[in-house]
Amino acid sequence: MEIVIHIVTVLVVLFVVLNIAAGLIWVERRLLALWQDRYGPNRVGPLGLMQVAADTIKLFFKEDWVPPFADKGVFILAPAIVMLTVLMSFTVLPFAPGMQITDLNIGLLFVLAMSSLGVYSVVLGGWSSDNKYSLLGGLRAAAQMLGYEVFMGLALMGVVLMAGSFSLRAIVDAQSKMWFIVPQFVGFVLFLIAGAAEMRRLPFDIPEAESELVAGFHSEYSGMKFGMFFVGEYVGVVLISALISILFLGGWHGPLLPPIVWFLIKMFAFIAFFILLRAGLPRPRFDQLMSWGWKIMLPLALANLLVTGAIVLAVK
Amino acid sequence: MTKIFVDGRPFDVPENQSMLQACLTLGFDLPYFCWHPALGSVGACRQCAVKQYRDEKDSRGRIVMSCMTPVAEGVRISIRDAESVSFRAAVIEGLMQSHPHDCPVCDEGGECHLQDMTVMTGHAYRRYRFSKRTFRNQNLGPLVNHEMNRCIQCYRCVRYYREYAGGHDLKEFVLRNLVYFGRQNDGVLENEFAGNLVEICPTGVFTDKTLKQHYTRKWDLQLAPSVCVHCGIGCNTSPGERYGTLRRIVNRYNGEVNGYFLCDRGRFGYEFVNSPERLRQPRLQKGGQGETADGPVALVHARKLLDGGKVIGIGSPRASLEANFALRTLVGQERFFAGVEDEEHRLTARMLEILRSGLARSPSLGEIEKADAVLVLGEDVTQTAPRMALSLRQSVRQQPFELVDKLQIPRWLDHAAREAVQDAKGPFFVAAPHPTKLDDVAAATYRASPDDLARLGFAVAHAIDSSAPDVPQLTDGVRALAGRIAEALKNAKRPLVVSGPSLKCEALIQAAANVAWALCRAGKPAALSFTAPECNTLGLGLMAARPLGEAQQALKSGEADTIVILENDLYRRAPREQVDALLASARHLIVLDYLETSTTHKAEVVFPSAPFAECEGTFISNEGRAQRAFQVYVPEGGIRAAWQWLRDLLIASGANGAAAWQGVDDVLKTLAGSLPAFSAVPQAAPSAAFRMAGEKVAREPHRYSGRTAMHANINVSEPKPPDDPESPLSFSMEGVSEQPPPALIPFFWSPGWNSIQSVNKFQQEIAGPLRGGDPGVRVIEPAKPTEPDGPAGPDGNARADFLGAPPAVFEPQPDRVLLVPIYHVFGSDETSQRAPAIRELTPKPYVALDSEAARRFGLNDGDLAEVAVNGAVERLPVKVRDGMAAGVAGLPVGLPGIENCRLPAWARITRP
Amino acid sequence: MFSIIRTLWNVLLHSFQPRVTIQYPEEKPYLAPRYRGRIILSRDPDGGERCVACYLCAVACPVDCIALQATEDPTGRRYAEFFRINFSRCIFCGLCEEACPTYAIQLTPDFEICEYDRQKLVYEKEDLTISGPGKYPGYNFWRVAGVKIGGKDKGQAEREEPPAEIHSLLP
Repeated sequence: MEIVIHIVTVLVVLFVVLNIAAGLIWVERRLLALWQDRYGPNRVGPLGLMQVAADTIKLFFKEDWVPPFADKGVFILAPAIVMLTVLMSFTVLPFAPGMQITDLNIGLLFVLAMSSLGVYSVVLGGWSSDNKYSLLGGLRAAAQMLGYEVFMGLALMGVVLMAGSFSLRAIVDAQSKMWFIVPQFVGFVLFLIAGAAEMRRLPFDIPEAESELVAGFHSEYSGMKFGMFFVGEYVGVVLISALISILFLGGWHGPLLPPIVWFLIKMFAFIAFFILLRAGLPRPRFDQLMSWGWKIMLPLALANLLVTGAIVLAVK
Repeated sequence: MTKIFVDGRPFDVPENQSMLQACLTLGFDLPYFCWHPALGSVGACRQCAVKQYRDEKDSRGRIVMSCMTPVAEGVRISIRDAESVSFRAAVIEGLMQSHPHDCPVCDEGGECHLQDMTVMTGHAYRRYRFSKRTFRNQNLGPLVNHEMNRCIQCYRCVRYYREYAGGHDLKEFVLRNLVYFGRQNDGVLENEFAGNLVEICPTGVFTDKTLKQHYTRKWDLQLAPSVCVHCGIGCNTSPGERYGTLRRIVNRYNGEVNGYFLCDRGRFGYEFVNSPERLRQPRLQKGGQGETADGPVALVHARKLLDGGKVIGIGSPRASLEANFALRTLVGQERFFAGVEDEEHRLTARMLEILRSGLARSPSLGEIEKADAVLVLGEDVTQTAPRMALSLRQSVRQQPFELVDKLQIPRWLDHAAREAVQDAKGPFFVAAPHPTKLDDVAAATYRASPDDLARLGFAVAHAIDSSAPDVPQLTDGVRALAGRIAEALKNAKRPLVVSGPSLKCEALIQAAANVAWALCRAGKPAALSFTAPECNTLGLGLMAARPLGEAQQALKSGEADTIVILENDLYRRAPREQVDALLASARHLIVLDYLETSTTHKAEVVFPSAPFAECEGTFISNEGRAQRAFQVYVPEGGIRAAWQWLRDLLIASGANGAAAWQGVDDVLKTLAGSLPAFSAVPQAAPSAAFRMAGEKVAREPHRYSGRTAMHANINVSEPKPPDDPESPLSFSMEGVSEQPPPALIPFFWSPGWNSIQSVNKFQQEIAGPLRGGDPGVRVIEPAKPTEPDGPAGPDGNARADFLGAPPAVFEPQPDRVLLVPIYHVFGSDETSQRAPAIRELTPKPYVALDSEAARRFGLNDGDLAEVAVNGAVERLPVKVRDGMAAGVAGLPVGLPGIENCRLPAWARITRP
Repeated sequence: MFSIIRTLWNVLLHSFQPRVTIQYPEEKPYLAPRYRGRIILSRDPDGGERCVACYLCAVACPVDCIALQATEDPTGRRYAEFFRINFSRCIFCGLCEEACPTYAIQLTPDFEICEYDRQKLVYEKEDLTISGPGKYPGYNFWRVAGVKIGGKDKGQAEREEPPAEIHSLLP
């Protein structure tokens, strides 16, 4: 019986997450249009909502083309990795009290591990395409992930120190009085930036910068393989937004409204924020990106950890 | 070479040129109107003004007309000088005052010298606000259109027409700003070279009226280098096509051959290609009933007919070398017959023998122009080889030029040179049975029957070299004339004798050869030019075909039972009964031709072959110059080149060697290998493999328009442009951007020079050869003398024996006349006759009588006469033509209705 | 850093600005008369065809989508025997209109000429010719040009003197 409930939970989470990710395609286009004084998709279905369905159908019916020069096995594997790793992270997220697939005591580490593994999909996809643009995209992705992963983890250590646990549920519970965004504001900002970089969202979409690299690591992908990269990115946005809500904004905590609503409000606010970033900011140069990560963000994260550690020690 | 300075830069230029010519040779863009390379300078239009400086210190200079200023050592001029620039702009503004604002509907637009020069000088806005003078136009006949409002009064037309071409019916009228160029009254321009006004006129006063029927701008034409097929001269032409029909022909400059000019037959005769009488699909016929068939079906059918192997082929002097050779290969050398009258065949062989084994060289038209003493023996050149007549007309200026030189007047200073010589003309003698159009420049004319003309020739030869056969019973007058001619020829530097087969008189040809050889033996570089009746007469002649008369025997003896006739209407070659008999005795008849003829009606299988604009072919001109005519466009329907049909027949009948004939190049290679006379022919043009910078030569100008719409009504998806694996040209606007080699120039165009005058940019030197040499390769040369530098002498291989013997004196008969052929530039040629514009000018059949003879037969001008000749009786109107030789009457050649009368022949003329 | 935040704030403020998109099929946009849409052939004020078949539009066309053939009526007035535009190739650049010396060819603000069948995008003269003078009322090429056509003899165009008497020698 336990197992059945677990499976149902898993399936519900999977269904909801995937639907949110797919819906995000529509949300993002509408929001971008709103901020650019346009309408965005508004023809297919009410408010253009069926645009997602139309796009999905289109993707399914496109020719599933594997270039003859590509490394076939790796080429097919790469898009699967991205979906797999991102979805795996959702297993440990507490959406509301009792709404969680599993509460690992090292939940946060698990999430970080999964997001690190995600880089393989990009690197392998870029390498197996046997195309100079794809390879360059893959290389950039590797370098970028490496640089931003380090301080992403470090930025979260402040939260861990304050909560005293790696369990995400424990971290949410630790915020019942005060959200960590207040004491850990620097960590929040660092994580926000690192999250965007980790998900290769604009302005950090350098691995697929279309003005330089055609479409970067997924230049050669088409049909549903491309679709997996595409949806994987949106699932990633959902994941990072959910994580931010959980780690810094108290997760489901909030007055009046049921916990899950609070959680969703917070999460969607950050999703909207990521879309706003895309609407507002230009893409930096790759060397700027790298020096920004290593020379500013990393020292800042270390300093934040040091100060937090010192304060926590002093208070205890 | 002389050094001049243009805008401070030194240049070496040839002497004896005007500054304008030198500047154009150097590639400078200097505007001009009244000057023309063939007409010289008169300084009338003031357009070519430049600044001339005394020396390098002179900064003021003075404005001079560059066309009137000779080049001299150290002369300094400036083209870019501001004052001369504004002077030129002012001149053109003045010229444009009354220009009628009708460029959009002007046929010259887009290839207008006036447009080019206006753009060149930068005159862009009209300031003149007052009223324009206007003129009424004249109807100048079916060839040339007249639109006088456009005139800028440069006088080029009348200078060309009167002084160069010898016409009389075009002149300037009125005065001041009302000067008018036209005829006294409306009427057809009489000169045979009037069509050149289209190119001479710098603007749209004279335009091509046949083009107007299907008007197309120059940039929209698809063109290819071609060769005129309407006589034996081989003038170079650029035919242009649009929407699948031939639109017009313009001159293609060849310094050695036609230079800047064509005759009207060549320029306007092209319309037969668009004729509704064209054969467009193979046809299988039986008993007069025909049905069209596809190519493969017709080939299978024809192959069955050829199966017996007893086939004879009849070639054609109007078919290309390739086609004739393919036929010769199909039927075998022994069974290849010349498709010409036996007499003409014999004369052609004789002319070839004379030119190939004799002493005298056959001159190009360029050399004919430079001849300074000419004897025309028995040939009405204006009608049989028109373009040569224009060159002969220039030759009479050669001797008077010596006086011009003595007065130190440059020869190109046209007005002064003409003033200096007044009416003086060089020695030019015409001997013909009737008046000719060249008589007006002749120092003396001689009218006699063909035999008597030959006797004059023999007498001249004897007078030059006493070892030549003497002529008995010569009257004193003729002897004196012969002596005078001999004297003139002997005193000339470059004497020339012109004769030909048109009177069908072998003695004439022998006499002409004797005169030339006598001169050669006297150490003169004498030239001997024979006209050729058709575009490939000499090419066919060199193939050593059997005479047509033997074909009958071949059929009768059972040697053969099937005839293949190549592009030939036998009914024009022999009397009707003979041809009927010949065709009747054949079991099967296969004909290849591009026009319906009486012969195609009799055929069992008719293959539609391609005329000159629709296939590639090589022709040998009367000079012995092999020239390639390239395909202009791909014809619709089942039309293919004759040699391609014959090749497929060859392959079908198992001759595998022919399968290698992929293009004209391959056929010519085989031809050159098997007949040594043709060994040089493949060099007439670059092979199909030729590329410049990896590209072919484009047949279409780079501004060719309408590619994506011209066929859109049939199918909106554009067809791929046709491939042309057979030639170095492409059916496309994509191709080399540099100047192609001279044999491959489809059209003349240069940036800023849209008119035909852009040829300036293609010449090594203005009015000189094209860059890379004038196209064509000579395949007929006289035998070499053994002494390398000495004059051609009687030793070595060269043949020195004088030929033949003078014929007996011609005795006029009281009751009969000798009918001699009279040729007509419009009408005597088989193909141009089918062009509507030419047909309009073709005379109706007639019999020409001297007024004395007419009186004797009781006939008046216009009366119907019964002419009994060769056993047939024709009813023809009489045309009284004074000046015909005594006892001689004339009958036009080749006119529809009387095309198969063999002449000369004795005839009885009676009142019906 | 501040500029980034300001940028984001400014972008966010666009949420409250009106949209510039025009919802086309329901809402028709205003197109200026000089908009470069469907090509037409106009007529002169007298109702005659303005096109004199000079080929300048065809040669100006960068995609070579105009083909025509000139012909003349018995009085010498030149016109197009056929005039074809392949709109499936046309790029609506307007160079034909600029090249036209008689204001005959004009681009109009109509752009609704889509077809499912490309072949239907081939317009012949009958499809192109309209009944009026289009954007340029008043101009008639033949009144200016010094050629003779039916109804207008030599010397009757604007600013022309009567034809000269060519057999006169009077100064």
